[in-house]
Amino acid sequence: MSAARVAVVGGSLAGLRAAEQLRAAGHTGPVTVLGAEPWLPYNRPPLSKEALAEGGAPDALAARLAFRRRASIADVDFRLGDPVAAAVLADRTLVTEAGHTLGYDGLVVATGLRPRRLAVPGPSTGRHVLRTVADCHALRAALSGPADVVVVGAGFVGCEVAGTLHGLGHRVTVVEPAGPPMVRVLGAPVATAVQRHHEAAGIRFVIGAGVTAFTGDSRLTGVVLDTGETLPADVVVEAVGSVCNVEWLAGNDLDLSDGVLTDNHLRAAERVVAVGDLARFPNPLVDDVPRRVEHWSIPTDTAKRAAATLAAELAELAGVTPDLVRNGAPFAPVPSFWSDQLGLRFQSYGSPALADEVRVEEGDPDHLPGGLLATYHRDGRHLGSLAINLSPARQRELREAFHHEGVPA
Amino acid sequence: MKVIVDLALCQDHGQCAIAAPEVFRINDEGHLEFDGTPEEAMREYVEEAADVCPVQAILIEG
Ligand SMILES: Cc1cc2nc3c(=O)[nH]c(=O)nc-3n(C[C@H](O)[C@H](O)[C@H](O)COP(=O)(O)OP(=O)(O)OC[C@H]3O[C@@H](n4cnc5c(N)ncnc54)[C@H](O)[C@@H]3O)c2cc1C
Ligand code: SF4
Repeated sequence: MSAARVAVVGGSLAGLRAAEQLRAAGHTGPVTVLGAEPWLPYNRPPLSKEALAEGGAPDALAARLAFRRRASIADVDFRLGDPVAAAVLADRTLVTEAGHTLGYDGLVVATGLRPRRLAVPGPSTGRHVLRTVADCHALRAALSGPADVVVVGAGFVGCEVAGTLHGLGHRVTVVEPAGPPMVRVLGAPVATAVQRHHEAAGIRFVIGAGVTAFTGDSRLTGVVLDTGETLPADVVVEAVGSVCNVEWLAGNDLDLSDGVLTDNHLRAAERVVAVGDLARFPNPLVDDVPRRVEHWSIPTDTAKRAAATLAAELAELAGVTPDLVRNGAPFAPVPSFWSDQLGLRFQSYGSPALADEVRVEEGDPDHLPGGLLATYHRDGRHLGSLAINLSPARQRELREAFHHEGVPA
Repeated sequence: MKVIVDLALCQDHGQCAIAAPEVFRINDEGHLEFDGTPEEAMREYVEEAADVCPVQAILIEG
């Protein structure tokens, strides 16, 4: 169809799916994936769950968690371990940190996120984050005997890490300034119920407190809070959100204020699309405000759409009219995520975080393992559903409800 | 086409059953059942099911 060359920058889930979906969209030209990490694309969610519990060296973890790759991308060139340092979109060239230059005809931006760090004084040892197999290994290796662990940030990753490390026999405290765990997504009634569940399991929560410093000289010994309390700590896990990896795109007139701004078809500029955690696109299922969505389902959904957009643009360039007509329909994926914490499986559909009203529809908030269903609303519109420990059949109904409610007129 | 599910990995998430209900289903006990030799015409759906499995337990051969 077209011999155009595509460069995919970012070698994780979104980059992999973009390569596969370019082939599915009929693009036959060369595809190169450039990744900063030295490993082929691997699955991150286990890093705060089973992989953290089981441990392993980075190479072994990456091999164990490697994504299945479709046969259609056997000829895709993965250039790993050399981050792209800069892109010049006007010239359609990339330069890597090692100094290699690569020209392309179409570009897929898939560089995702990195953990935000706390900017407070104190020793730099003993402080961990969790995004890569190397992070997972380092955290696990820092914990030999039973230790005092302080997790800063009670979002999903923080809570999962807390649950996993508690399960390994460590004394775990979670510090969160904003409110009960995961409250931004779950809403207050569900978040407080989850906090009670986790506390009953043995995790301590310090809510409403911020971290002002770490104590210790060469070795970390504690975490100082703005309440005056100092928590003993051998290890700190900073789970305080993320920063988008967009620096390499600077100077190209893209809107990089929060990830990469795209239109509804994931197009950021001429022959440039963005996919995954850093793509900021409007979803007509909700409204017309572009947003980033940091869920595992989004790289796969956005890659499908973005690949169709880019393949069509490249085919047109070659004078071929694309036979794929799916370009016309609005892109309206149902966001979905899951989380596993201390015997609770969360499954969410839609956008609970955008709601201003929570309704507990089913179940007893004081006995979450028995199952709970909450729905989330804004201006009377149903925006999201959250199931805790409900059967897959029920989850399927919840997801389908969104397809049927469909895109608002 | 041959479909293999690593049942030691599978956590009965059921995402595969949403993507390809003709091939994967969650039974009344909440466990996965699947057709190990689906028709070639199902390939795109089976690929999609393998993509969306959170623990990447689905393998496709042939
Ligand atoms: C510990 C953890 C647990 C999670 N658990 C869940 C869960 O239970 N459920 C759920 O729904 N979601 C979960 N997620 C979120 C999910 O993993 C992400 O949504 C997904 O990884 C996003 O994929 P991505 O490819 O867009 O970005 P990323 O996975 O961030 O990949 C981006 C890649 O680009 C590379 N890169 C960055 N800069 C450059 C550069 N300049 N040049 C080349 N390469 C570059 C990075 O090294 C990285 O490999 C979890 C995430 C983490 C970290
Ligand atoms: S999606 Fe994966 S984990 Fe879930 S039931 Fe299917 S095979 Fe099992």
